[in-house]
Amino acid sequence: MTTTNAGPHVHGLGEPYKRKEDARFIRGKGNYVDDIQLPGMLYADIVRSPYAHALIKSIDISKALQVPGVVAVITGKDLEAAGLAWMPTLSGDTEAVLAVDRVLYQMQEVAFVVAESRYAAADGAAAVEVDYEPLPVVVDPQKALAPDAPLLRPDKKDRQPTNQIYHWETGDRAATDAAFAEAEQNGVVVRQDMYVPRIHPAPIETCGCVADYNAATSKLTVWMTSQAPHAHRTLFAIVSGLPEHRIRVISPDVGGGFGNKVPIYPGYVCAVVAALKTGRPVKWIEDRTENLTSTGFARDYHIHAEIAADKEGTVKALRVYTLADHGAFDAAAQPTKFPAGLFHICTGSYDFKQAHVAVDAVHTNKAPGGIAYRCSFRVTEASYLIERMMDTLAREVGKDPAQIRLQNFIKPEAFPYRSALGWTYDSGNYERALRLAMEKIGYEELRREQAEKRARGELMGIGISSFTEIVGAGPGKHFDIAGIQMFDSCEIRVHPTGKVLARIGVQTQGQGHETTFAQIIAAELGISPDDVDVEHGDTDTAPYGLGTYASRSTPVGGAATAVAARKIRDKARKIAAYLLEVGEEDLEWEPGRFYVRGSPSKGKTIQEIAFAAYTNCPPYLEPGLEAVNYYDPPNLTYPFGSYICVVDIDRGTGEVHIRRFLAVDDCGTVINPMIVEGQIHGGLTQGLAPALYEQLAYDEDGNVLGSNFQDYLIPTAIETPRWETDRTVTPSPHHPIGAKGVGESPTVGAPQAIANAVVDALAHVGVRHIDIPITPWKVWAILKEKGLATA
Amino acid sequence: MSIHHIRVTINGKLYEGDVEARTLLVHWLRDGLRLTGTHIGCDTSSCGACTILVDGKAVKSCTMLAVQADGRELLTVEGLEQNGKLHPLQEGFHVEHALQCGYCTPGMMMAALALLKRNPDPSEQEIREGISGNLCRCTGYVNIVKAIQYAAQKLREPEQVPAGSGGGGE
Amino acid sequence: MIPGPFDYQVASSVAEAIALLDQHGADAKVLAGGHSLIPLLRFRLASPAVLVDINRLRDLEYLQEADGTLHIGALTREVDLEASDLIRRRYPILADTARVIADPVVRNWATIGGNLAHADPANDHPATMLALGAQLVATGPAGQRLIPVEQFFTDSSFETTLQPNELLTEIRIPAPAERSGGAYLKLERKVGDYAIAGVAAYVALDGAGQVTYAGIGLTNVGPTPIKARAAEQLLLGSTLDDAVIVQAAKQAAAEARPVSDLRGPADYKRAMVETLTMRALRQARSRATGGA
Ligand SMILES: Cc1cc2nc3c(=O)[nH]c(=O)nc-3n(C[C@H](O)[C@H](O)[C@H](O)COP(=O)(O)OP(=O)(O)OC[C@H]3O[C@@H](n4cnc5c(N)ncnc54)[C@H](O)[C@@H]3O)c2cc1C
Ligand code: FES
Ligand code: FES
Repeated sequence: MTTTNAGPHVHGLGEPYKRKEDARFIRGKGNYVDDIQLPGMLYADIVRSPYAHALIKSIDISKALQVPGVVAVITGKDLEAAGLAWMPTLSGDTEAVLAVDRVLYQMQEVAFVVAESRYAAADGAAAVEVDYEPLPVVVDPQKALAPDAPLLRPDKKDRQPTNQIYHWETGDRAATDAAFAEAEQNGVVVRQDMYVPRIHPAPIETCGCVADYNAATSKLTVWMTSQAPHAHRTLFAIVSGLPEHRIRVISPDVGGGFGNKVPIYPGYVCAVVAALKTGRPVKWIEDRTENLTSTGFARDYHIHAEIAADKEGTVKALRVYTLADHGAFDAAAQPTKFPAGLFHICTGSYDFKQAHVAVDAVHTNKAPGGIAYRCSFRVTEASYLIERMMDTLAREVGKDPAQIRLQNFIKPEAFPYRSALGWTYDSGNYERALRLAMEKIGYEELRREQAEKRARGELMGIGISSFTEIVGAGPGKHFDIAGIQMFDSCEIRVHPTGKVLARIGVQTQGQGHETTFAQIIAAELGISPDDVDVEHGDTDTAPYGLGTYASRSTPVGGAATAVAARKIRDKARKIAAYLLEVGEEDLEWEPGRFYVRGSPSKGKTIQEIAFAAYTNCPPYLEPGLEAVNYYDPPNLTYPFGSYICVVDIDRGTGEVHIRRFLAVDDCGTVINPMIVEGQIHGGLTQGLAPALYEQLAYDEDGNVLGSNFQDYLIPTAIETPRWETDRTVTPSPHHPIGAKGVGESPTVGAPQAIANAVVDALAHVGVRHIDIPITPWKVWAILKEKGLATA
Repeated sequence: MSIHHIRVTINGKLYEGDVEARTLLVHWLRDGLRLTGTHIGCDTSSCGACTILVDGKAVKSCTMLAVQADGRELLTVEGLEQNGKLHPLQEGFHVEHALQCGYCTPGMMMAALALLKRNPDPSEQEIREGISGNLCRCTGYVNIVKAIQYAAQKLREPEQVPAGSGGGGE
Repeated sequence: MIPGPFDYQVASSVAEAIALLDQHGADAKVLAGGHSLIPLLRFRLASPAVLVDINRLRDLEYLQEADGTLHIGALTREVDLEASDLIRRRYPILADTARVIADPVVRNWATIGGNLAHADPANDHPATMLALGAQLVATGPAGQRLIPVEQFFTDSSFETTLQPNELLTEIRIPAPAERSGGAYLKLERKVGDYAIAGVAAYVALDGAGQVTYAGIGLTNVGPTPIKARAAEQLLLGSTLDDAVIVQAAKQAAAEARPVSDLRGPADYKRAMVETLTMRALRQARSRATGGA
């Protein structure tokens, strides 16, 4: 089924090589965690709190233990006795594994029931009786900061006496304030409050694990839905005290991650405890409600943003204040050094001379999280705010949104560009991307059509987003996950017959690493990707890596792979020189082969060299042909793009119809255009979702609304437009193959293109902002207020 | 709680077993018969990851009891490939890059198969409607539409012997 | 999400189904398409002691016109309504309704009888049946009785006037008069969702173009399906001009009893009843006068 290539054609960089991993998935032969069945395996179910804030007065497990098939019930008290009631989060907080004396959010884990079958486990969980004493609930982060707010985390009163987790700021406050003072006098200042709502990555596969402890070998094996198996192994070792070499974490096929599968969840820890306790393998699989209500949410940023500009609309300074709702535990995924992640990329694609950002994070009675949902640590929030603000500025000075962007872009010759908030952008040509998008979609023509429609009373809008992404963390000195530096790795073995096994530290959840990483090696060694197998996800065999999120696979793992392959080639050159009896400097490389300069017929293929490495190796070299690289990137990469969205609004219902959506992306060198395009389609759909549909809302009592797929509105093929794509290529100067990483750009860039389009449709009646998700009733309320609603 | 002995033909093969009345069909297929190609993605019959054919009609197997399948003919993703030849839908999904994580893929192909049985030459809009009970979080659907168009065309070509379309379930 | 325990019995005839229902009384639940019932069982929101499976009663799956009436077997699947030539041609309002219910995979199993018997104000068929003036056939130990649809639903959600030992076996709809037509319009958050609001409108005109029959049913804007009687009254005798349509739409909105929830605030839903009623009536008029 894989494409056979006639001749020496190498499906290297830039080729739409069909995916190697498809073969098993299209046959239903993938191996996802819930597909694993071990002899004697038990199933687990979790008892969860119906209250958002309550004291646990008592837990009675006696009836549950009588349910046929129930083997054990574990409570927080049991864990406490074993010193396992708390676990570290990704942000240096401690999170309850099972609540001991209080619950802090609805659906928090309270007891873990283990039984012979899924059905018996569910019956057992239903039979656990918990007596709660409800406490006052805090859902509004603003109210959480009030002096009389109930203290949600008495457990850490000593280091944190209020509900405020941190205050963080960066940038030059004085200079920024001065620029605003000047603009108030002689220029313009625009301000906007906006809320980037709490949403959920909601991969179609939920989270889960199978834990198996072999008492004879003292080895714990955990199959789990993990985007970062090595980091999880290390955390397991730290939490459990088990020696790390006796823990094996295997991430099997993962049915989508998008950041949801980066944290460690209580269910995993409980399954391990239960496996140790019962001596039998234990499987725990979340249902959808549990997934949406208790595992890592994203966003939830209340933002106030201001731009100072001159009268022409040339930007001078950006000032941002944000209140971040982190929920009951601070489990946000971010590097230690940057508590608000990379949020200070919020100057975006524009040349701001001054900027200042401040963020306060607070606890509320909501599920913990703050994960990087298909984005690099808060870049989505940052990009949304700046792209919305640029539109607001355009209205203020009476310019077209395209014009205001072109006027303020960082110029191509300014790269590497140091932003006011301290980032060094590697490369970019923002104007080229926007101009291409405008030309392809027929921007001027659309504006004419809009004017005609407006005259007829019809509502049509055009929205632009010219975002800049920041991906590929490390460098390790600035970026870590729970202290572990963000490098990544690749180990390549060339077998004697020239076939290759590569193992990588990053972990695929659909990105197609088995194909693209094979292509990188194929390109470096001049062989077919068919001859390269790529493995990942097993900590016993793969080299240590930090995993896949924040679009770091290609920038970091891909670089490690290219560098490891180059090490192979370097050694191959030495062997070829020995075999051909010439000096290394006399050899030329062509894909797949070294030959003697001036006599092309005298050469050795990589396969011949591989064979010699094991059979006839130069005496001064170690035999074999293997290489390992741990790559610590010198900088992040900065993909960018310009998206244009066209919407029509139904004045009778407030419904927004996306007529067209064009995405021009620039992710540097493209390894596999087919896979890149697929990533963009998927990311755009995950950008559409929060713009118009998805939100995890809470009522005043802390009940989570939208807790299943009936109410958490994942777009179907009907809501999703036929995405149009194009690209420009501006390679990263510091990446070995110039690639930047693309998986997340569209999720970051799309929501504001849609929001801007809707606001654009209503701009003529003075509308400046609508919070996402832009539901029909929000639009209709505006139509009504402005006298535009018809039936 | 009653236990029932059931006999079900799946992918042309007869399976028998005892099931509790409440056992969901998807759990019997996956846990009982180890036919794990059929997936589970929700609790509300919303995602379609569990879609299979029962007597030729697509159904969300999380919303049918195993006991209801007694005496019926089922087709799951494992039955699409026939005699080592991929079904045009499987081929189409591969060629058009219509899958990423692969989790929705079996259900998506089964819904598409049901659609093509009813409507061998669907328009893009009809395809989008036909798969609107199946969620994909990875692909944005564009390539899934193309894959189904690919399969539709391949199944229509008269000289082409459609592999596996006979399957079970008819 | 795993159902609690229950027993299961499969009925091989209508008589057997009724006998089983009679035997188990309120502890039993009929299992038709299962696409409302099984999700309830999975969330453990219902815990019947026994399910009586009627899916093998093929003689309850039919669509036929006879004696000026359309007879629909209660077990008829949505997909069959949607695909039927007869329905598309003669009863487009029914095809309108079937094709916006849930999604195509659900529609393969979900039945029209289950849709009505579940008495969910969010279900789409009740409004259409109210607009059409349908009659429902209930079959019990004592035989059949005919229930006009407006007497089928009670004042409470999820409740009907069926007895625990009765089966809904057939839906009867008067065949369309010469100049009549209707439409069902549903506004939803996304495909597969229940309605934010839905409106079914059906009208019959006499030779002079005057309205002789008007039916308006509303979906998901109250605790039960709503028949907008006052709006219907406004239309009767009118010539169904734009002005009266505007008036009737306002009246239908006034008859809605929506509450604010995840599908929007109450005032929005009320306004949507107005919008949809207007649009549905215009389409009904066009269909009644020979248009599409
Ligand atoms: C994801 C999803 C989305 C949906 N969206 C919509 C939608 O948009 N609009 C809509 O209208 N519906 C929707 N539904 C509901 C669907 O149409 C249901 O299938 C329908 O409401 C019930 O029909 P059923 O045949 O599945 O009945 P069942 O679920 O089997 O039964 C429902 C109830 O009716 C009783 N019952 C069934 N048949 C009879 C009978 N003949 N006599 C007496 N009692 C009987 C049962 O005992 C039960 O109490 C949706 C369902 C799902 C799963
Ligand atoms: S698992 Fe069956 S529809 Fe989601
Ligand atoms: S391919 Fe991942 S959900 Fe569709």
